[in-house]
Amino acid sequence: MKKLAFLVALVLAIAPLAGCGAAQEGTVTINVLNWGDYIDESLLEQFTEETGIKVNYTPMANNEEMLVKLTATDSIYDVCFPSDYIIEKLIADDMLHELNKENIPNIANIDERFLNLAFDPGNKYSVPYMWGTVGILYNTTMVTEPVKSWDILWDAKYSGQILMYDSIRDTIGVALMKLGYSINTRDEQQILDAEAALIEQKPLVLAYLGDSIKDTMINGGGALAVVYSGDAMWCSDPVEGNGDLAYAVPETGSNLWFDNIVIPKTSKHTAEAEAFINFLCDAEVAKANTEYIGYSTPNAAAFEMLDDSYKNNPTYNPPQEILDKCELYHDLGDFINVYNASWNRIKAG
Amino acid sequence: MKRSVFSYPYIVWMVIFILSPMLLIVYYAFSSGGALTFANIRDALSSETYMPVLLRSVIVALEATAICIALGYPIAYLLSKMKKSTASLVSVLFIVPMWMNFLLRTYAWQVILDSSGILNSWLKAFGLEPLHLLYTEGAVMLGTVYNFLPFMILPIYTVLIKLDKSHIEAAQDLGANGATTFFKVVLPLSMPGVISGITMVFIPAITTFAISRLLGGGKYMLYGDLIENQFITLGVNGWNAGSALSFILLVLVVISMVIMRRAEREAGEEGSKLW
Repeated sequence: MKKLAFLVALVLAIAPLAGCGAAQEGTVTINVLNWGDYIDESLLEQFTEETGIKVNYTPMANNEEMLVKLTATDSIYDVCFPSDYIIEKLIADDMLHELNKENIPNIANIDERFLNLAFDPGNKYSVPYMWGTVGILYNTTMVTEPVKSWDILWDAKYSGQILMYDSIRDTIGVALMKLGYSINTRDEQQILDAEAALIEQKPLVLAYLGDSIKDTMINGGGALAVVYSGDAMWCSDPVEGNGDLAYAVPETGSNLWFDNIVIPKTSKHTAEAEAFINFLCDAEVAKANTEYIGYSTPNAAAFEMLDDSYKNNPTYNPPQEILDKCELYHDLGDFINVYNASWNRIKAG
Repeated sequence: MKRSVFSYPYIVWMVIFILSPMLLIVYYAFSSGGALTFANIRDALSSETYMPVLLRSVIVALEATAICIALGYPIAYLLSKMKKSTASLVSVLFIVPMWMNFLLRTYAWQVILDSSGILNSWLKAFGLEPLHLLYTEGAVMLGTVYNFLPFMILPIYTVLIKLDKSHIEAAQDLGANGATTFFKVVLPLSMPGVISGITMVFIPAITTFAISRLLGGGKYMLYGDLIENQFITLGVNGWNAGSALSFILLVLVVISMVIMRRAEREAGEEGSKLW
């Protein structure tokens, strides 16, 4: 028993050392945590060439996973790209580094519309990266009627051809919007109604997926899918995607979202991380990036340089009357437990 | 008991990666905000959501195990009948895919089963209607069986090739026909292999996740997916509930291992009782 106690003590003593093994000499490496397919990776090399700062790039699948990685006590990340409601939570939990704007002069390129938003007044902690809407991507060879309402996702005609996100907020959000409720509701009855709607819809759903929604839709594997506008741009590209696909934001409105760049408080290389943010806000870089991933840039200088095929595309640049009807997600705090219980019942049923 | 110095790295390894995670699970399962409580476990056991998922996981694991025996035993038997060189070549064919990560192999099945995938493009080439294969319960079962089948074949095969041929010859000398020899001699003697095969398939199958998400399209949630969801969606707040679910699964695994261990001992005795 003594031996065992000794071993446990030994393990506890050496365990913290394991994290310090990374090379620290010479050049600085920043650890970047981002969504999959969410940056033109050749830009990372360009950044290293220009500044000498190396980038260690890690993709992640959803906001919730990002939060788990950032809240780990030994979090190593210097830069990450959470959505609005997660930033709200991170600020409330005092987990973000207050940006030194002197290191980010290119923030001047950002369109005023995307600065000073409610989740981060004055942009003390975050710089806009991409933005967009949530809507319905549909295959025009299978769906001939106009797509105007969320109700089409409940139409039995399309049984087995509907794809939903495997993401709690986005999927429960769609049901709440269909029912005319707020996507941030804290009314338990409304969430139960949304749950009932999603359980009713489940037999019609082909699958609840993540990034693979894109491939399935491009291959003609589904008629209707809930997607982010940037993915819709990419999927409906006739060359790289499938020209039969079209995107619509329901007339009753949808979710408007912003993904911003932040630096966690645990970062040890904040100056280098700020240099990276400044690099991403450069007009040429932002233009290359938005063209590569298809998501809408909040960078006014980059937007000016874009081709008219982007500027006049309602998927890329939705008209103001649609945006006026859209709602942002807010952090739910502990109320997420109610959503999660519903989500488990939907998925388990 | 004297232990060799060489066993220390192994013990350290076990403490870090096996014992301490389990202790953490137990700690979180029985605490809430630092205070001891049974509420997490009680909630998990009385939940009308979680128990059907657990039941589904058990059923899927049992079905997968049964299919693995039905497929694995004949394959192992045929392998054991082959010439040594052929048998080792064929068993390499079973082992090589296992060198690849199981997630990649499961993704490969997505490509095969997809509505525009390999299988359906063949069907189309023959003028047949494409089948809806991916994102079904059958696809989940296929993925589970495919991933765990080698763990059934190998232990059975190992027992069968070690089987003393003189036992079979003796049975034949005493007038037993092929079927009688198989059911009265070969099958009982190979039971230890079958039982360790069951252990090696049932336990990973009951704890599996990701297969149901990748091949079932998130529609056929298993207990492993449920646990993952508690940790991912709820973050730190979900650790207690998630650990409680993990603890229940852990207890289930321990119980089935005890049963298997006992069955293995009895099968071993039966095997020796023959003589």
